[in-house]
Order: sequence, then C-alpha cells, then structure tokens
Amino acid sequence: MSAIIEVRNVSKSYGGVQANTDISIDVVQGGITGLIGPNGSGKTTLFNSIVGYHPINEGSIRFEGREISRMQVPQIARLGLLRTFQQTRIYGAMNCVENMLISLPHRKMRFLDAFRRNSAVDKEKAERLLDFVGLYEKRFLQSGSLSFGQQKLLEFAMALMNEPTVLLLDEPTAGINPTLINGLIDRLKRANTEFGITLFIIEHNMRVIMNMAESIYCLAHGRLLAHGSPEEIQNDQNVIDAYLGAH
Amino acid sequence: MRSSRLILYLVLLAITVVAPYALPAFKQQLATLWIMIIVAMTWDMTGGQMGYNSLGNIFFYGTGMYVAALVTIGLVYNIGDYTSASGGGTDTFTRGQYFTGLIVGSLAAGLFCAVCAVVIGYITFGLRGPYFAIGTLGVAVAAGELVANWDWVGGGQGITLPVFPGSFETGKLILYFALAGIGIVLFLILRWLYSTRFGAAINAIRDDEEKAEAMGLHTMRYKLTTWAIAAFFVGIIGGIAGFQAISFEPLETAYQTINLGIFMVVCVLLGGKGTLWGPIIGAVLFQIFKELTWTYLLGWQWVALGALIVVSVVYFQQGLVGWLMTVRPEWFGIRVEGRDGGEAKAEAAE
Repeated sequence: MSAIIEVRNVSKSYGGVQANTDISIDVVQGGITGLIGPNGSGKTTLFNSIVGYHPINEGSIRFEGREISRMQVPQIARLGLLRTFQQTRIYGAMNCVENMLISLPHRKMRFLDAFRRNSAVDKEKAERLLDFVGLYEKRFLQSGSLSFGQQKLLEFAMALMNEPTVLLLDEPTAGINPTLINGLIDRLKRANTEFGITLFIIEHNMRVIMNMAESIYCLAHGRLLAHGSPEEIQNDQNVIDAYLGAH
Repeated sequence: MRSSRLILYLVLLAITVVAPYALPAFKQQLATLWIMIIVAMTWDMTGGQMGYNSLGNIFFYGTGMYVAALVTIGLVYNIGDYTSASGGGTDTFTRGQYFTGLIVGSLAAGLFCAVCAVVIGYITFGLRGPYFAIGTLGVAVAAGELVANWDWVGGGQGITLPVFPGSFETGKLILYFALAGIGIVLFLILRWLYSTRFGAAINAIRDDEEKAEAMGLHTMRYKLTTWAIAAFFVGIIGGIAGFQAISFEPLETAYQTINLGIFMVVCVLLGGKGTLWGPIIGAVLFQIFKELTWTYLLGWQWVALGALIVVSVVYFQQGLVGWLMTVRPEWFGIRVEGRDGGEAKAEAAE
C-alpha cells in the first residue's frame, strides 16, 4: 500500500483567493482514490497543481518518489501521470481513430518516430480500446459530432491509449446519461484491475464514488476536511455539514 | 482512384513545364505565381495546419533575399566596398560565380532562416492567437527598418545583384524552373509530412493545444520544427526572388509586409486553410486576380484587392476547399454523426 502520488502541505492562491491550504494527500499505488467536496472547495485546483498546470505556492508533490511540483505539463504527462478534463477536451475535427492515434504515449517516442506513419499494431490497439469503451461502431465519425457523453468516453479511451501509470479523472460521470453511468463505472474499474492503472477521481455523484474508491478525501473551503473509507466518509459529521451547510 | 490521381499530377507537371514556352511573355508572372504558391503553402503549415497565424513569414523572405545576395557578393568581393559603390561593377560576375551564388546563396538563405525561425519561435510561440500574429508582424517590420539603416548591406538603397550572364530570356527561364522545382519538392514533402504522426501532432496543437500538452506531446518541438521547415523554403525562394528582381531595397521589395506578407495569407484564406491543395488553388486564383486588376483596373487595383480581402475574410472564411469540405464531406473521407447515413451505417453494423 505505498503511495504513488504524495501531496504534502500544498497551498495555492490566486491573488487573494486561497484555493488550497496546507493539503496533504496520498494516492495509493494500484488503487482507486476519490476526491470529493462541495463546489468551489478546491478539487480542480489541486488536480491542476498535481499535473503542473500552475506553480504551487508552498509544499511538495511527489510522483513515484520524484518531485514534480516544478515540472511542466507535458513533462509530467510523459512520466505517466495523465489527466482528463471536466469540460471534455478532444480534437473535434478528427475522427475517433485519429484522436486515439495522436494519443499514443509520447514518452516512448523519439523525435524521428514522429516522421513515421502509424503502424497496423497502433491502429489495432486504437480500435480495441474504442471497442472497450463502446465506440467501435462510431470510430470513423468526426469526433466533434458525437454526443457529450460519447466524447467523454472517447476522452477516457484516449487516456488509456496513452498507457498512463496514474490517471486523474475530473468528474468522469458529469453530464453522462444515468443509464450509461453503470457501464462507465464498470469500465473505470476494469481499467484499474485489468490495465493496472491507478485512478484518482474527482466526483460529485456519491453513488459512483462510494462504489469505486477504497479511500476518499473530502475538501471544503480549500482545506482537507476528512479522509477515510467510503463508510467513514459517509458517517463523518463534518462532511455532512459541509455538504448540507451547517452553522 | 490512385491512377486518376497520378494522371492529375502528370497533367499538372506537363502544364508546369510547358507554361513558360506557351506563354513566353508571362515568364516573370509565372515565376511570381510559383513564389505565391510556395509562400502560401509554407504559411499554411503554421497558419492552417498548426493554428498559428503568423504575419511575420515575410521576414524569412526578406532575410533570405539578403543572405543569398550577401553570400553571392561576399564570395567574390568585399561586401562593404561593393555596396558603398551601389552595385558599381555588377557585370563583372562570371557565369560560374553567378550560379555558385544562386545555389550556395539560396541554400545558405534557407538554412539561416530556419535557424532564425527556431530562435524567434522560441520567443514568440508563447503567444497565442492574435498576439502571435502581431508579435511576428513586429519582428518583420523591425527587421526591415534595421536593415534599411544598416549601411554595410546597402541601407535604404538596397543591393543590386549581378544580371544573368547570358540572354535575358534564358535567365528568366532558369529562375522559373528553379522556383517551380522547389515548389514541387515542397508539395511532395508536405504531402508526406501531413500523412505522418507529425502532421497529426500539429493538427492536434491547432485543435486544442492545452489538451495536446496534457497528453504529453512535445508541443514546442513540433511548433519549432514546423516553422523551421517553412522558413527554410521561404528563405530559399526569397534568395531566388532577389536574383529575379536583380535590384532590391529593404522595405518595398525584401521585407514587403503589406504586399507579399499579406498576399500569402489571402491566398490561403481564398483556397482553404489547413488543406493540402487550398493554398495552391488560392495562390493561382489570387495571382490571376492580381494580374487582371493590375492590367485592367490600374489605379483601382488596391481597392479591388482590399475588397477581395474583406469579402473573403467576412463571408468566405473557410475558403474554396474548406467550403467543399463542408458541402461534400464524403469527398474528403469525413463522416459526421447523423449525416450522409453515417449514423445509419453505424447502426446497421451493430
């Protein structure tokens, strides 16, 4: 049960707004860790700090024992720490297969590899993963013309294509049709067990996160409020107060 | 399909070869057409394929012109003496010196411009959208003014290159074929490049650079390489254009920001950004339009040109090829959800 991401005493402010204060979190290697909290509690800020989107004011962030808090976004991504976006981001003008092929892991590519075409193995892998998320039939359609939920699935498949060690998912079920959510939970779990990808998930849907995560952190007002198993979090009076607004 | 495409290429090649003989009075215009095609194709590499609208590509054209000229002269004479005599003694270049200058000078111009692109790109690629356009425009304008005040390279007077050692018409023919040859090589390189992972990577940068970074793409490396390739070709044809002009000065001919610097953008917008053929078709249309208005609407030619730019920017942003892509996506292998039976086919397969 060693930690693959160690966040230690991280603080981040935007001008006078203190978005994260003194946060320490461990993401367990090979597990599924959840991050919850009311709107504006600093969850996405913490994600952005981890993936190098902005510099942090204080603290340390380690990935596989290596300090990454001063590294740039693409460098961190090439280490195998990948994130998906809350507002789904795909390359809308390309079709699904092209979206997948551009997501091949660049950490394994030398500069000259860019001047080659994609191999049959790459294409086969792209189609297999599109099949995994249930988009195989739509693989040659322009991705921008897909529905929001399908784009979200595509973004997830693109992340898998990149063969990350850790995947940070920002609200993977937001905006997805409730009947599709169960399928998505199942695929996220399989990505964790079959592909061995450590997951760190921001989620508002309590049913989803309680169902998946072994360890859950709760933020409120930019501070760490609680940490524990799903049962512990569900019964924590502070967490309930934060969500329901106690005085 | 493949053989019909091959036939198309052969027909176009034949037209390229025959054109200067069939229209001997228009050799100069045809050569200029190839310059247009090349600057449009290279502009589209960053502007169309990568989403970085540069208004500073003319910098490479002007710099290429100067580097090629200085190399040509410097191989034979002392540059300071030559320019201070304002090109006195221009006819004392031998045939060998002329061709050495043309080839070595143009290649040196290309290489120098590629290095410039890496250096300038490293600074300006942090800028996005209109800021990149203005930033690069600033580089081109500043370079023109600097060169215009640099007496060693002729200052505002510019430089006069040797005339072709032979008949005037043969000289024009050689420059035409040099430009056409470079244009064809560039086309083949781009056709290949856009089919590789590199092409996909720069398209990804255009569609969503932040996503590309988050997926671990070496975005800066791809951006610099793309611009360096573009600058290499613009530098070379700038060098050759110098030999075509024979005598050139910095602000109107070399760093001509408001002429060729804008024309190349208009060519691409007319033909269609981000497509292989768009810039070429656009350059041909633009060159025809320009020559016709300069001949038949003299005095109003700039007004007509300005109107063309306004109309194409306001009403026809996607250009000819881009418009075809939206009207007939199936011709380009694009399938859209819920159109042309794409959905129906997908469902039938389920």
